[in-house]
Amino acid sequence: MSNNYWQGFGEVNDPENLEKFTKDEFTEELPFEGFDDKGLVDAKAPRRDFLKYLGFSTAAATLAASCKIPVRKAIPYANKPENLVPGVPKYYATTYVQDGDVVPVVAKVRDGRPIKIEGNTLSTSTNGGTSARVQASVLDLYDMYRTRHPLQKGKDGEFTEVPTFEKFDQLVGDAMKAAGGQVVLLTSTINSPSTLDVISKYAGLRHIQYDGVSYSGMLLANEASGFGKKLPTYKFDAAKVIVSLGADFLGTWLSPVEFAAGYSKGRKIDEKNPTMSKHYQFEGSLSMTGANADERFTHRPSETGVVASALLGALNGSSVSVSDAKLAAGIKKVAADLAAHNGEALVVCGSNDKNVQLIVNAINDKIGANGKTIDWSSTVNYRAGIDSEMNDLIAQMESGAVGTLLICGANPAYTWADGARFAAALKKVKVTVSFSPKLDETTSLCEYVLPSPHFLESWGDAALNSNTTCFIQPTIYPLFKTRPFQTSLLKWSGQGADYDEYFKNYWTAKLGSEEAYFKALQDGLVTTASAGAGGNYNGAGLTEAIAAVSAKKGTGTELVLYQKTSIGTGAQAGNPWLQELPDPVTKATWDNYAMISMAKATELGIKLNSDYEYYPEKPVVEITIGKNTIKLPVLVIPGMNADTIAIAVGYGRNEAIGVTAAGVGVNAYPFAVYNGSTIDNYVSGVTVTKTSEQYKIAQTQKHNSYENRKEVVRETTLASFKKSPNVLPDWSEELEKEYYQGANGSFRSNATLYPDPNGRTHEIHWGMSIDMNSCTGCAACVVACSAENNVSVVGKREVLRYHDMHWLRIDRYFVSDEKDPDNLKAVVFQPMMCQHCDNAPCENVCPVAATNHSSEGINQMAYNRCIGTRYCANNCPFKVRRFNWADYTGADSFPDNRDQQLIGKLDSVIEQMNDDLTRMVLNPDVTVRSRGVMEKCSFCVQRLQAAKLDAKKENRMLKGDDAKTACQMACPTNAIVFGNAWDKESSVNKVREENKQRMFHVLEQLHVLPNVTYMAKLRNTDEEDKNWGEAEHAGAEHAGGEHGEMDGLPSSTKPDSTAH
Amino acid sequence: MFNASAQDAANGKTLFMGKCASCHNVTKKGTGPALGGLEERHKWADHNEILKWAHNPTGYMATDPYTQGLKAEYGSLMQAFPDLTLKEVDDIVAYINVTWNEFKNPKPDAGAGAGAPAATGNSALIFGLISIVLGVVALILMQVNSNLKKMSDDAEGILRPEPVPFYRNKVYIAMIALVFFVIGGYYVSKGAIGLGRQKDYQPVQPIYYSHKVHAGINQINCLYCHGSAWDSKHAAIPSVNICMNCHKAINAYEKGPKLYDEDGKEINGTAEIEKLFAAAGFDPKNPAKWDPSMAKPIEWVKIHNLPDHVYFNHSQHIRAGKVQCQSCHGEITAMDEVKQVADLSMGWCINCHRQTKVDFNYSQGKGNQFYSIYEKFHNDIKSGKMDSVTVENIGGLECQKCHY
Repeated sequence: MSNNYWQGFGEVNDPENLEKFTKDEFTEELPFEGFDDKGLVDAKAPRRDFLKYLGFSTAAATLAASCKIPVRKAIPYANKPENLVPGVPKYYATTYVQDGDVVPVVAKVRDGRPIKIEGNTLSTSTNGGTSARVQASVLDLYDMYRTRHPLQKGKDGEFTEVPTFEKFDQLVGDAMKAAGGQVVLLTSTINSPSTLDVISKYAGLRHIQYDGVSYSGMLLANEASGFGKKLPTYKFDAAKVIVSLGADFLGTWLSPVEFAAGYSKGRKIDEKNPTMSKHYQFEGSLSMTGANADERFTHRPSETGVVASALLGALNGSSVSVSDAKLAAGIKKVAADLAAHNGEALVVCGSNDKNVQLIVNAINDKIGANGKTIDWSSTVNYRAGIDSEMNDLIAQMESGAVGTLLICGANPAYTWADGARFAAALKKVKVTVSFSPKLDETTSLCEYVLPSPHFLESWGDAALNSNTTCFIQPTIYPLFKTRPFQTSLLKWSGQGADYDEYFKNYWTAKLGSEEAYFKALQDGLVTTASAGAGGNYNGAGLTEAIAAVSAKKGTGTELVLYQKTSIGTGAQAGNPWLQELPDPVTKATWDNYAMISMAKATELGIKLNSDYEYYPEKPVVEITIGKNTIKLPVLVIPGMNADTIAIAVGYGRNEAIGVTAAGVGVNAYPFAVYNGSTIDNYVSGVTVTKTSEQYKIAQTQKHNSYENRKEVVRETTLASFKKSPNVLPDWSEELEKEYYQGANGSFRSNATLYPDPNGRTHEIHWGMSIDMNSCTGCAACVVACSAENNVSVVGKREVLRYHDMHWLRIDRYFVSDEKDPDNLKAVVFQPMMCQHCDNAPCENVCPVAATNHSSEGINQMAYNRCIGTRYCANNCPFKVRRFNWADYTGADSFPDNRDQQLIGKLDSVIEQMNDDLTRMVLNPDVTVRSRGVMEKCSFCVQRLQAAKLDAKKENRMLKGDDAKTACQMACPTNAIVFGNAWDKESSVNKVREENKQRMFHVLEQLHVLPNVTYMAKLRNTDEEDKNWGEAEHAGAEHAGGEHGEMDGLPSSTKPDSTAH
Repeated sequence: MFNASAQDAANGKTLFMGKCASCHNVTKKGTGPALGGLEERHKWADHNEILKWAHNPTGYMATDPYTQGLKAEYGSLMQAFPDLTLKEVDDIVAYINVTWNEFKNPKPDAGAGAGAPAATGNSALIFGLISIVLGVVALILMQVNSNLKKMSDDAEGILRPEPVPFYRNKVYIAMIALVFFVIGGYYVSKGAIGLGRQKDYQPVQPIYYSHKVHAGINQINCLYCHGSAWDSKHAAIPSVNICMNCHKAINAYEKGPKLYDEDGKEINGTAEIEKLFAAAGFDPKNPAKWDPSMAKPIEWVKIHNLPDHVYFNHSQHIRAGKVQCQSCHGEITAMDEVKQVADLSMGWCINCHRQTKVDFNYSQGKGNQFYSIYEKFHNDIKSGKMDSVTVENIGGLECQKCHY
C-alpha cells in the first residue's frame, strides 16, 4: 500500500484506456471542409482545394495589405493635469468592498483608467494579499451591463430613464410622502462608519442588514455568550492546532484573505527544525479549506452540532458516542490534540445554527482560545445580518406596514431562502427604490432605480475591524450617471450635502486635521487604539444548545449549499474572469453542479471509468425536496461523505446581469431553510434520481497529461520528511551523477544541444520559487495573471474543446491510498506555469525561432513571429503553452473574424470582452494576441523590463527583489517568491538556499533545467509515507538500472539508448 | 580656453540643452542673457563662481550687484540647479565657447562631402550599363556563332534541322522567365516587407506648426514641450496650456523667415497662431479674460506609428540611453512640418542596438551604476578582451526587449 497521486478517476480505474484518450494533445482534426473524413490525400480534389485556399489567402492578404494606412490622431490634453504623465501608471490606495467583505487594495491607474488591483501591503492583517474576487473586481467596473442612469418603471413595467437626479429626488420624495407608512432601508452588511452615521441621521429610517449567506447564528451565539452581537478577529497565525467544523476559512468564510495570510504563517517550514500548525477539518463535502487540511473527517452536514458537542464532551472527559467509528476516533484524537495545546488552538465553525456556535464558543473557552487565538478586543463587522429580522420584514411588507423600501446591496429576491415570497411581498410595498448597480433579480422588481457607482469610482470607508478603518477613493471619474446611495439618503433626509463632501468633513473632524485625512487616504487605512477587552465568556444557554443539537437527526441524503471561491454569493457572477476560473477542487468552469460521493455514484449507477473522466458529458440528476426540484449534472469527488450532495450558490442568474452569468447553472438558494431563527444551509431527506439526460461540464484538469510522470508533484508527511529529509536532494544528485555529468563533468552543460547555459547568461537570471505548503489553491494568482497579461476569456464552449487560455493554472492532485481512492489523505495544489527551462524543449522545435531563450533566463515568446505550428506546445512536458484558436480578442487584422463556420461558434461572452468599454481594462504594456499564435507565461516580462529601466533611470544597481510578478503580488500566503536568482541578497535565492531539502524541479529527470523551483508539500501527520522512502530507492534503482525501464526518462538521455 | 576636448563640449551640449536652453541662448538674448563670451564678463572666468551662482541664485545675488542688475534687466531670477557639479559647468562653458567661436568666425559651407555618395550611385549605373551592353554583345556573338556554325555545316554538307529562332528557343524563354521571376520576386517581397511602413510620411497638420521656428531658430528644448519623453514611454504631444505658456505673449509671427507649405504656397504664421488661440479660447485683445479650462484639445495627426506588438519607451532611450532625439527623428530643427525620417523597421532598430555603446564605465565614477551588475564585462574590459559594451551585449537584440 502506498500513496497514489491522481487527478481523475480514469487514472485510478482505467489507466490503459485513458492513455489512449490523452495521447493527442490537440484532439481536433484540422478544420478543412469536404474531405469526407478520408484525409487530405484521398479527398475529392485536394490539389484544387489547396490551390483555392492558396489563392484565397494570397488575394486576401493583398487586399488587406493594400488598404490605405489609416490616419491616426494624437490628441493631447487641453490642460494636462500637473501630476499626470501619459504612459506612467499611478497607484491609489483604496478598498475593495462587497457586501461586507473588506480588503485594502491599491489600484493601478494608467492614463486615467484603473487596470489592475494589488493588495495594500500597509495592512497588517491582509499583508498585501488579495483573492480571486478582489483581483477580478476591476473588470466589474467596465461591465457593460451596469445600469447607466436613474430609472423609473412605467405603467407597462418597462424602465425609462429619469433625466436628472433632481427629478429623481422629486419623484421619489413625492411618492414617499404619498405612500406613508414605515421607511425601511434594506442593505447588505455595511461596515462603513460614515455611512452608518448618515443612516443614523435619517430620522424615522429603519435600517435592516441582510446577508445572502448568513452568519446570524454566530452573531446570536456570541451575543448569548457575553461577547455582544459581534464577530472576533481570528488569529490563525497564533494557533498550533486549527480545527474547522465545516468552515471554508481559506476560501469563502468571513475574511479568507486575512485568514489565509495568518494560516500560512503557521505552515511555513524551517528545515532546521521542521514544525507546522496542525489543521483538522470536519465537513460533509470537500471544500478548498478541507483540501488543505492535514487530517479530514467527513460527516453529514446535519451532524455538525453532534460533532461539536462530542468534541466538547471529549474535552470534558466524557466518552464520544458518534455512530461512525472513524469519525469518533477523529473526534477523540482532535480533542486530545486541542487539550494538549491549550491557548494555542482554535476552533472555527461554518454552521449558521446558534446552538452549534454556542457549543463552539464553549470549546474555544475550554481550550483557552479567547484572548490568545481569538481576539475579542478587535471585533469585525464583515457580516451583521440577522435572519429573523429579514423574516419579520417580509411579514411586515406583506401586511402593508412598510410604505417605502430602499434596497442597497441586498438581493433577497435571489438569495433569500424563499425568494418568491419576498418578491410577492415587495409588490405590497408602495415605493420601492433600488441602489443596485445592475438590474439584478430584486432591482428589476423595484419601481425606482438609482445605480450606485463602483467602488473604484467612489469615496468611502470600511472598517476592517474595530481598530482599523480602510479608505476608498475614486480612481476614475464615474463612467455612468450614478450617485452614491448615501447622497440620496442625505438629500432625502433634508441634509442637503453630497456624500463626498460629508465624507471628507466626517473624517477631517474625526482625524483632527485635513493633513491627517489626506495621509489616511494616501495610506488607504488608519489604525486607532484598541477598543478594549470586549466581554467574557459566560456559558449561557450551553445545556439547551447541546440538547437541541442532539435532538436534530439527519435522514436520507443531505444537500449542503456552499460558496465557490470564485463566485461566492453570486454578487460578482457577471464577471467573465470569475466564471472562467476553474474551481480549486473540481476544476470546473462556467457551471454549478452537484458534487456527490463515490458511494453515491455507485448507488446511482455512474461508472467512474475513462468515459466518465474524458468526455465532458456528465449524467444529470434530479434533486427534489418538497416543492423544490432542480436538475443538475453531477461531478463525483473523492473524500465526500457518502450521503452528502453539495451544490454551489450564486448561479442561475437573470438576463439583466449580463450574458456572462445568464443561463449559467441553477439557483440553489431555494434549498436553504429558514428554521425559525436562522437560515440553515443544508437540508435533509432529499431524493436524488438519475435522469437519462447528460450535460457538458467544462473541466480543465484533464486537459493536459503528464503521461504518468508523477515526479511533477512532491508531497509527503512531516514525519517522513523528518525521518529522511534528503530524499529530494539525493535524487537530484543521483540523476546528475548518473546521466548528465558525462565526459565534461558539468551537469548543466552536458546533455543539451545548446551551448553551455552558464556561458550565455549574465548577471541577471530571473527565477521563481513556489512553496506548495503555503499554496491554498485560492486562484487569486490566476485572475491576477489574466488581468496583468490580457489573457483572453474563451467561454464555456471553448473550454470544453480544451481551448482555455490561462497562462497560470493550479493543478489539483488527490492523494489517496492506491487501493482506496475514496480515502482521501490530502489534496495537493500546484501552480503550474511556463517553467522557463534553460534547456527548453519548446525552443528546439520552433521552425521560425519564435520562441527562444533570453540572456536573463526567460523563455521568450515573440507573438508576431509565431506561425502557429504548435510544435512547441506538443513538445512542452508541462503543457503550459496556450494557442489562440480563434480571435478571442479582436486583435486580428481582419475585423469581425470571430464567427466562422470552420472554427465553430464562440460564446457571447467573447463579444462582451470585446466591447469597447470592457477593453478599457486591457494592460497597454502587453500585446493583445491575435488568432493563430501561441502564448504562455512571460514571467511578467513587462514588469521586469520596467524594474530594470527604473534602476537605470535612478542610476543604481538592480536589487534582487525589484521586480515582482502579478501572481506573486496577488498571493495572500506569499507562496510565490520571484526575483533575480543570481543576486545573493534576493528573496528567491534565500528561499532556495534555506529550503534545499524540500526544493525540487518538476520532472527533474527530463533535464530541462527549469527556472521555477517548487518546495514539496508536507502534511502534518505521523503517517509513514512509503513513497517518500521509495523515491530514495528509485534513485538507486536508476543508478543500477541499465536494463531496467526508466520511467519518465527521455530515451535520448538513457545511457544505453540509440538516437532516434 | 580652447583646450576643452570635443567630448567635453558634446557633454556640455547635452547639459546645455537639458538645463539651460529653455531660457538661454548662446548668441541671443532669451528669457535670460545670451551666454556667448560669458567668461569675459563679471567673475565668470572662474567657474566656481558660476557654480555658486547656479547652486543658489538668491543667495549669490544678495551680495552681488552684477547679478542684481541682471535681475532688474530681465525681470526674473534664474532657477537654482543645486545638483550641478563643477565638471558639468566646465563642460557647459566649453560648449558655449565652441558655439560662440563658430558664430563669430563662421566656417565656409561644408558641401564638399556630398559628392562621394553620388559617385557610388553613378558607378552602379555605369556597371549596370556595362552589364547590359556585355549581355547584348554576348547574345549577338551567340547568334553569330550559330550562324557561322550553320554556314560551316552547310559548307561541309552536314544536314541539321532548321535552327529554332531565339524567341522560340526554350532555353532563352526559360532564362527570361527566370530573370523576371527573380526580379519580380525581389520587388514583391520588398514591397511586402515595406507594407505599413511610412517613411517620409508628412501629413498636413491642423495647425501649420514649424519645428524649425520653435526648436531650430528659437532653440526651445525638445523636452520643454515633449517633457513626458523624459519619464514615460510616450513623448506625448504637448497640451494646449503648454503652447499657451509662451503664446500668451507671442501672438503674431513677425521676425522669422517666410513659411511655405508643401506646394510652395506661403503660410501666414500669425493666422496659424490664431488657430491655436481658437482652440485655447484665447482672445489676444483681451488676455485677462482668458479661461484656460475652456480650451479644446487640438487633433494632431500622429506621424510615428509603431505596431501594437512593439514596446517602445522614450525615457529608456533618452534618459537611460542618452540618445539624442535627432538620432531617430532626424534634423527636426530644420523641418517646418515634421516628416518621418526613419522607416521605423525592426532592422533599423536592431542596427542601432548593435552599434550603440551603453554608458558602462562606472569604475571611473561615470556611467550608469545599473551596469555594475555585469561583472563579467567589466572584467573583460579590464583584461582588454573587449573595449566597449553595446546594447546587443546586454540583451538588446533579444525578442522580449521590445516584444511582450
